[in-house]
Amino acid sequence: MTRIHVPAIFLLSLAILASVSAFGIADGKWLHNVPVRDHAKTNPYRGEPAAIAAGKRVFRDHCAQCHGDHAEGTKKRPSLDSIRVQEQASEGDLHWLLVNGNMRKGMPSWAKLPDQQLWQTIAYVKSLSQ
Amino acid sequence: MKKFFAGLLLLLGGVRSSHAQERPYFVTYSHEMEEPGNLDIELFNADGKPPGGNRFIGSNIEFEYGVKAWWTTEFYMDGQITQHDSTIFTGYRWENRFRPLWREYWINPVIYVEFENTSADKALREVVGHDGKDDFVDPNSIARLDKEREIETKLILGSNFRGWNISENIIAEKNLSNNPWEFGYAVGASRPLGLAARPHDCTFCPEQFQAGIEMYGGLGDRYSFGTRFTSHYLGPTINWQAPNGVTLSFSPQFGLNGFSIPRLYRFGLSYEVDQFLSRFHRSRQ
Repeated sequence: MTRIHVPAIFLLSLAILASVSAFGIADGKWLHNVPVRDHAKTNPYRGEPAAIAAGKRVFRDHCAQCHGDHAEGTKKRPSLDSIRVQEQASEGDLHWLLVNGNMRKGMPSWAKLPDQQLWQTIAYVKSLSQ
Repeated sequence: MKKFFAGLLLLLGGVRSSHAQERPYFVTYSHEMEEPGNLDIELFNADGKPPGGNRFIGSNIEFEYGVKAWWTTEFYMDGQITQHDSTIFTGYRWENRFRPLWREYWINPVIYVEFENTSADKALREVVGHDGKDDFVDPNSIARLDKEREIETKLILGSNFRGWNISENIIAEKNLSNNPWEFGYAVGASRPLGLAARPHDCTFCPEQFQAGIEMYGGLGDRYSFGTRFTSHYLGPTINWQAPNGVTLSFSPQFGLNGFSIPRLYRFGLSYEVDQFLSRFHRSRQ
């Protein structure tokens, strides 16, 4: 019996550990990595209807493939209309994430887009909860 | 063959594409990787006429796939057409690019490793060692006897600043048949013509264009390092990202010394397929 249980318990522990780790990351672990200076950045386009419309275009071209056409998320990628993105993360946090990516979790860096387009995208994403 | 192309068109017709936001370089690599899951299909051509030789068009078709956010792999098939001579398949290449640092810094390194098996290649995707115009003069029947099985490595350094991209490549290439290491370089700078996106859909908005300049050349080999007896090229370059996901690129490039082909005209076309394998899985369900 012991021979059967030890590997089973070991595998179960691994599974629990993996789940806890995954939840840790899915729970916005990256937010803790954002430097204070970046966290405090504000969006120069905040609330501007033209910027939101432009951000929607950028989102459609580059982000919708993973996050869904309306940022609702897909099987593997999170929704952006979540409490974490809409309330917990500041505009500066989202900008930092777009610039640096979260490569371990499959989020690429979008530093290849000009800063203006990143802020426009953030204006659109933040408008989703309004 | 017809069935293959019909199948490919059917496959591509059924998938959505994204805007690849490609840099307009033909030889220089930026540190930017392919998005994970996306497949970029690219066709690049180089047209030139070496003094004393026939006009040629060297071509690559490339399949670039984002395996991970930090790992991009790419398979090339090469060919060339030489006027008054022949059209031949010149070989294949397989490259991998790895991004060792997982955040964006002032200078971002990428490690590039490629295996190539080519002969009589005229696509000029890199210039190393003492490569020069004389390599393009021999008839294809003779040139293809010279098999090049090579390992090519690059240190790619890239920076993005206020819309500008500045990229530098340091190239080291080794023919596996006991030839010395050969070296080369490529540098490029580019910027979108517009930094902010327009609120409405448009075909010829400034942000759909990227323009820049590119320079590359050989740096000799292990025994004769330097710019002596090497060829170098410089030229402006531009691309346009069409609304349907196709990117068109063009660059006239000019040889900078007597070892270079006087003029090269490069043109390219690429199309990015979103989440290629996921699409394939869904279609099987």
